[in-house]
Amino acid sequence: MSVGAPKIPVVVTEVVQVNDLIKRFRFQRRDGDAMPTFSGGAHVVVEMDDHGTRRMNPYSLMSAPSDTSGYEISVRRDDVGRGGSLYMHTHVQPGMEMVLSHPVNLFPLDNRAKKHLMIAGGIGITPFVAQMAQLQAMGGRFELHYSMRSPALGAYAQVLKAHYDDRVHLYYDEEKQFIDLKNLLKGQPLGTHLYVCGPKGMIAWVRATATEMGWPALSVHSEEFLAPPVGKAFEVQLAASGKTITVAPNQSLLEAMEANGVEAPYLCRGGACGQCETEVHRCDGHIDHNDHWLTDEQKASNTKIMPCVSRFAGAALVIDR
Amino acid sequence: MTKTEFEPSIKSRPVYGVLEAAPGLAHLIVADGEGADAVTEMIARAGTAMLASTHIIYMPGPNGCDKSAALQALGAAQFRSSPSFAAASSRLAKVVADAHMGTQIYVAGTEGLIAQVCQAVAAQGLPYESVHTEHRGSTVRRVQCVHCKGITENVTHDPFKCSHCGLSLFVRDHFSRRIAAFQGVNIDAEDPGLVPDSVERFK
Amino acid sequence: MSLDFNDETFRNDFTFKNSPKAIKRFPFPFPEDSYMYSVNMEPHVPGPKGSVFEHMFDVDEHYVAEMRDRAQVLADDPLRCQSLPHMELAGWDLLELIMESKARDYPQWFELHKNGNHWHWINRPLQIEQKFTFMDPTTLPCGPMEYITRQTQGDFTLQDQRDENLWVEAGMVTTQADWSLDFDIGMNFHQWHAPVPKAHEMGVFDRALKFLLKLQHGAPVRRFNWTMTVDPLLDTSPENYPKWGPGKTTMTPETIGSRQHLRVELQTLHRLPRSNAIAFPIRCYLIRFEELVTVPKWGRRLHRVIRDIPDELATYKGFLRNKPLMVDYLAQFDDGAPTSPGFWAD
Repeated sequence: MSVGAPKIPVVVTEVVQVNDLIKRFRFQRRDGDAMPTFSGGAHVVVEMDDHGTRRMNPYSLMSAPSDTSGYEISVRRDDVGRGGSLYMHTHVQPGMEMVLSHPVNLFPLDNRAKKHLMIAGGIGITPFVAQMAQLQAMGGRFELHYSMRSPALGAYAQVLKAHYDDRVHLYYDEEKQFIDLKNLLKGQPLGTHLYVCGPKGMIAWVRATATEMGWPALSVHSEEFLAPPVGKAFEVQLAASGKTITVAPNQSLLEAMEANGVEAPYLCRGGACGQCETEVHRCDGHIDHNDHWLTDEQKASNTKIMPCVSRFAGAALVIDR
Repeated sequence: MTKTEFEPSIKSRPVYGVLEAAPGLAHLIVADGEGADAVTEMIARAGTAMLASTHIIYMPGPNGCDKSAALQALGAAQFRSSPSFAAASSRLAKVVADAHMGTQIYVAGTEGLIAQVCQAVAAQGLPYESVHTEHRGSTVRRVQCVHCKGITENVTHDPFKCSHCGLSLFVRDHFSRRIAAFQGVNIDAEDPGLVPDSVERFK
Repeated sequence: MSLDFNDETFRNDFTFKNSPKAIKRFPFPFPEDSYMYSVNMEPHVPGPKGSVFEHMFDVDEHYVAEMRDRAQVLADDPLRCQSLPHMELAGWDLLELIMESKARDYPQWFELHKNGNHWHWINRPLQIEQKFTFMDPTTLPCGPMEYITRQTQGDFTLQDQRDENLWVEAGMVTTQADWSLDFDIGMNFHQWHAPVPKAHEMGVFDRALKFLLKLQHGAPVRRFNWTMTVDPLLDTSPENYPKWGPGKTTMTPETIGSRQHLRVELQTLHRLPRSNAIAFPIRCYLIRFEELVTVPKWGRRLHRVIRDIPDELATYKGFLRNKPLMVDYLAQFDDGAPTSPGFWAD
């Protein structure tokens, strides 16, 4: 979110327990107006007031992009995380008022593709749900391969299968079903684009296999949001605003700046988009660069930091905010 | 003879690399003129195993350089010697349309050839930048007249007369991948008849 | 033609002129007495009433005549409007953005009625009434981008976003400052700006691209660009350069005030919702020197800007040949008095 970008005041209209781990939330505008349409793959940042702590988590939109009556997201409960997903699961009820960002797409379809080949792991299914709805409406060719732990934990698997039939392929780990990736990547027509969303290991596996099989890097797309990791508290000097702040163990540096009244730009809050990139004036210690944005050289030089996910340990960190 | 070194230029002007074999299920190689050397050198480095899944399309360069015998002798699974790009283009289009992901595509030779192969590949949806390229041989240019839209092949002089509309054009480095040509713009539009001496810039 | 719109031409007899009201609201692009490239983007939020910023898409007294000129350019050269196949969705996004904005901002001239995907559009100034199905191109006389931009002042390009770059892959370009859509379509951000001198080395395009890749839906931005045009010619295309180029050679001290025009582009950038593309309207405003110097501050300032501009920039903008004539003419309106900051008239 750029500072000053518009936000959408919403009310929660539906909370559905999809399975043991996942809840689905529906939001509609408080003023009754239409939501903006969006492109499949987009996310919104959901603002939460968790008993005085302001949390802002990105979630992929999974409702049909053409449905302007409301937005839907799915949230997987993370019992050891910082609490954003737990807050959504335990406190968010129908009727509650919340605030969303406008949709932002860091995982767009390449509309030139002759065919879209999608690989989802677990909760990574959500952006594909919206993308398939959009492709279906536009007459695009697609195929989904969706891997999950068990039928009980496979959110939306049966719904998607019923709706899209043989364009959807399901794989259950517990039943020892695995995606035969090499065979899958072998027979695709020139101009196919490959998309993967799921756990880190799955993304790495799909990317490495595609490279090995001769797929160009520009034909392979992935999205992985990082939850800001928890860690030890640390202190940061903000040079531009002349403040010294403390980042709590379950808080990100970005959140700590916001809590201290220092506005910083952001879009994804998950280390992927680059919007919050900040100059480091001085680093006497070690930065844990947890993002996907900075290059290895930039990380090694400690001249920049991504405050949404990265942390620090050491004597002094001075940044340009 | 090694790859051609060009002067640094504006950002739309293509830059070329050195052909290096990459892992792939199949390999399509297109070359003209001295580009044949880049192909034989690549195979010499990579080993001959890839030849069993390689298709080579070759044509003489605009300067007449013809090394088809050397390429044919490599023993690729498929080899075609064509008299010109125009003669080869329908075969190229068919091969690209039938190809699958995992096919590596290589082009070596003159800029006109590289541009037209990349154009044909991109038309089938493979990213333009994923084609492996190396420039060898003649530096003559393929230039589109921005006024009449006609393309003049093998331009050696700057300025030159458009082979279609006859206007005197200066050759810019501005390059369109979609059209596979440099841009030619009328040099004496403001002062008709005042055309600077033509210089041989591209050989 | 109604009283709201001028009956004027941008070719042949060149009857284009600005009314006193249009001069007063002209978007003079120089906030200070000198000029150099900069990214200079600001939020495209509504500006003062009556200004060109008041509405998302400014409709002014030249609207009907400009649309007539566009139709003539397209009849002569249909390649001025092109859309690569994957950009149709962005065309619908643009059509929706413009129709909704105009119907909201100018209800006396435009109406949009929606019943699901069945839309009914009324454009009174151009006497157009169209019922069509949104997202079904067979229900419009041409593609959605072409349809709506035949009814909207300014050039338009649509940029696809992928691979950390922007790709100009659709456009309606008939009022351009000497660049060819037909040649440039399909290029990425750096390729299509390649011919601009100096700015790459200054990092202007890297910074602009980085900014635009993060442009958010609902938060459009704007900036100015400018050049010089002899005679009020909207279509200064490279395609037709042999036709309009000679006009630069017949300028004299007697004609410069009436024939030389400052050409200002109000460029806005909008993230489009369904396609994730960026729409880039480039709205051209022309003002003859005689009209411009009726605002004393602008006369003084333009003199200083043109006098001090590097020749390389004047060459790129295509007015080096007549720069001395311009400076001589403008000098008589510059008494050396200080000018106030900002571009608004005093």
